[in-house]
Amino acid sequence: MKIAEDNPPVLTALDRPNSYIGRSVPRPNLQRLTQGRGQYVSDVSLPRMAHVAYVRSPHAHARIVKIGKAAAEKVPGVIAVVTGAELAKVITPWVGVLTHLKGLKSAPQSAIAVERACWQGEAVCAVVARTRAQAEDACELVEVTYEELPALTDAETALDPKTPVLHASLGDNLCFERKLDAGEVDKAFAESDAIVETTFLFGRHTGVTNEPRSIVADWNEGEQRMTVYQGTQAPHMMQDLFAKHLNLRHDQVRVLTKDVGGSFGIKVHTYADEMATVALSKLLKRPVKFVADRIESFVTDIHARDHRIKAKIGVRTDGTIMAFEIDDLTGIGPYSVYPRTSGIEANQIVGLVGGSYKCPNYRAQARVVFQNKNVMCQYRAVGHPIATAVTEALVEMAAAKIGMDPLEIRRRNLVPDDGYPCAAPSGLKFEQLSHHESLAHLDSMMNYAGLRAEQKKLRSQGIYRGIGFASFIEVTNPSAAFYGVGGARITSMDGATVKLDAQGRISVASGVTEQGQGAEAVLAQTVATSFGVPIEHVRVITGDTDNTPYGGGTWASRAAGIGGEAAWQAGKALRGNVLAVAGAMLQAKPETLDIRSGIVVDAASGTERLPLEELARVAYFRPDTLPAGIQAELIATRHYVPRAWPFAFTNGVQASYLEVDIDTGFVKLLKHCCVEDCGTVINPQLVDEQIRGGVVQGIGAALFEQCLYDERGQMLNGNMADYLVPMAAEMPDIECGHVVSPTADSELGAKGAGEAGTAGAPACVMNAINDALRPLGAAPLTDMPFTPGKILKALGKV
Amino acid sequence: MTEVDIALTVNGERIADRVEARKTLVDFLRDDLGLTGSHVGCEHGVCGACTVRVDGEIVRGCLMLAVQCDGAKVETIEGISDSGEIADLQAAFEQRNALQCGFCTPGMIAAAQDLLKQAQENESVPSRDAIREYLSGNYCRCTGYHAIVDAVEAVAQQRADKS
Repeated sequence: MKIAEDNPPVLTALDRPNSYIGRSVPRPNLQRLTQGRGQYVSDVSLPRMAHVAYVRSPHAHARIVKIGKAAAEKVPGVIAVVTGAELAKVITPWVGVLTHLKGLKSAPQSAIAVERACWQGEAVCAVVARTRAQAEDACELVEVTYEELPALTDAETALDPKTPVLHASLGDNLCFERKLDAGEVDKAFAESDAIVETTFLFGRHTGVTNEPRSIVADWNEGEQRMTVYQGTQAPHMMQDLFAKHLNLRHDQVRVLTKDVGGSFGIKVHTYADEMATVALSKLLKRPVKFVADRIESFVTDIHARDHRIKAKIGVRTDGTIMAFEIDDLTGIGPYSVYPRTSGIEANQIVGLVGGSYKCPNYRAQARVVFQNKNVMCQYRAVGHPIATAVTEALVEMAAAKIGMDPLEIRRRNLVPDDGYPCAAPSGLKFEQLSHHESLAHLDSMMNYAGLRAEQKKLRSQGIYRGIGFASFIEVTNPSAAFYGVGGARITSMDGATVKLDAQGRISVASGVTEQGQGAEAVLAQTVATSFGVPIEHVRVITGDTDNTPYGGGTWASRAAGIGGEAAWQAGKALRGNVLAVAGAMLQAKPETLDIRSGIVVDAASGTERLPLEELARVAYFRPDTLPAGIQAELIATRHYVPRAWPFAFTNGVQASYLEVDIDTGFVKLLKHCCVEDCGTVINPQLVDEQIRGGVVQGIGAALFEQCLYDERGQMLNGNMADYLVPMAAEMPDIECGHVVSPTADSELGAKGAGEAGTAGAPACVMNAINDALRPLGAAPLTDMPFTPGKILKALGKV
Repeated sequence: MTEVDIALTVNGERIADRVEARKTLVDFLRDDLGLTGSHVGCEHGVCGACTVRVDGEIVRGCLMLAVQCDGAKVETIEGISDSGEIADLQAAFEQRNALQCGFCTPGMIAAAQDLLKQAQENESVPSRDAIREYLSGNYCRCTGYHAIVDAVEAVAQQRADKS
């Protein structure tokens, strides 16, 4: 029984009376979800609402010769059958590029394909009907004549001169390329005592949110206004994009995001079918709803992680890491995804490899190529799982080669905890990390020595267990350096508006969004603490561009660190405003007063002076009784954006303990541990649950998940029976620990925690499997996911 | 499209309706009765988000047709929540943060309650492995399951202590 692990840390600047910082308070929005009273977009129903279903290309690459609509249009209930060319009159195409990713190029993408479909699943025609079933029925009657074109599916040959160019206007199939050469790599390899060189393959996989992507667009012709109910992570970003491509102003577009059934980065992109749904609402002057079904999700939700990386490490016999080198190739589908682009994942990999270690010699090349598969873009922990897997596998392989313990080689090479601030060879800047303290904590938490002894004993009985580790770094709290400087209208700032109501209670409206991670709890905790009320007195409002301050939303682990800081500052500002009124009412200097538990008190003695309810009554209903010149301002807004550092890097280390059945190739996960450092821990329970959920997504990548395509670009396993996801029975308990190195960039000092689990889990599961199989002489497995078949092959049994 | 008259009880309410023969139970509950607490995740019986009770047994709302429920007693999350039957389980999920996005939660709670009822009948407390096994037909992408197992385990123990 581990309910309510409530361990308040030592408080610093955040040490307010009745502080909620560092406490595992339950999230304020859970009861409606446990009662089945949530409001997901798939639940939304509006008067006159129509449903759209899309006819999707069965070919990976095909010219659309003709679309016959007549039969579909005759189906009872059908409202409209709309082709790409027809919809193009309402919505403009887009191009997913960022100027700070130099040379990154892509081609214009349309809401519905015009003339050519570029992947299996791209929408080629929309059918709008009174019900979704009627729309689907009519889709089957739309007659599309295709001329199949050669499908470019192999990233390895995408840049060959004889391979057809996917977008003629671009000249070649290269979307983006980055090269890096730091230190003296050739010299360092020449001076190495041992070199390990191998190739890693990562399975293309996807987010599989339990609620598929959903949108209801409602164009009101009378108001000339578009209201969009969307399961998104970034309502203000979407407001800007809907406005831009429908030729509207921001004030004509409202994006509402209520409950979202899982996001993980899947719901932070521009999807052609969602843009089409909004355009259809404008065209038809009525609400239109689109909810992706599961097959549509698999062929249109962004994929990620499809990388082939040739990698090399050099070490000395004393364990000193001399150099890292990687060559990354990734195929991202036919378009760079708008507006965040599909170059970020490879760019992150180049930036992150080797970033935990002192080694200054690092060479990298990454090439991002187009192909006729579904698009790839940013999914939870963007690039981290790959960079961590490559780095950490190389480190453990090198350790094995020189006969050194895997923790010892890390101790000898990780950047020392007193070595900050510093920069990685790739240029990433680190404020303060804690690799060594984290590692020491993990060592004792998991009882490493005990597990090694157990492993040795069991091996003699023919039981093969493995222990694997992964140290990692994590990008969180991004500044404008991530997207803004590249020209994308994606804000890195966030705001919070805190208001005292006429009964003395508080509301906070924030630009960040709740995706289930607990952002609303964090906002309530910070405001309750900085303003001074019981948390039950705080109501949180998110996900409404009409009623929240401008903000970036939820991605790259920014909600707590950035949105939380804005809320913290807004609460403080409102406290100042309220104490000014209280001072006038009590004839006391405001600085001698404080607000504690919803009551204005004498700051020094804590004596209760005035309940907030009474202050609100006077301020709102009897302002005539306040002294002349006193105007109560019972609302305050503050914004925050990180300025001192491009990103607030976090770090941590994970360990996996598992058993490989050498007869069947099955892997049984016995235990998983993670120690991470996300700075100030606002809510320990929520941080732990981010870690656990993230770890399991990473385990999915390591053992199960892969979008399988054939050579013609057909996805072979686009359903949940064939695409395996982690289920409860196969997952281990996950133990979490924390080291706290707050960022000095904000008063709260909180960094993000959403990527850490996913960043490290694939690496340490891979290392544990290879540790288990090493005594059997198996070649190290480097081709994720590690299915039983691949394990048996490595053992020479099949 | 063939339509069929059905009469059934949903959360204690008597319902008479005419439905397309092809309509699934979960679509009927959500679209025709407005019971949106049952969710549609995969529509092919894998994710468990549509889990409801029919005549006391948990079923996949996406694998059963509405017409098959003619004469049946159907219970959804709205019903078992309002009756108070699962109040302790809901409280444990909330306290333990055994849900994040909450989309799987109604189905997860229905499945967990089924296991807990069996355990009470057998006067036993299920092990963590048994809980994991029983819930292995309910997909959760957010939590990693650990917190869900904690919450169910805690309620199993509480109920055993009470009886």
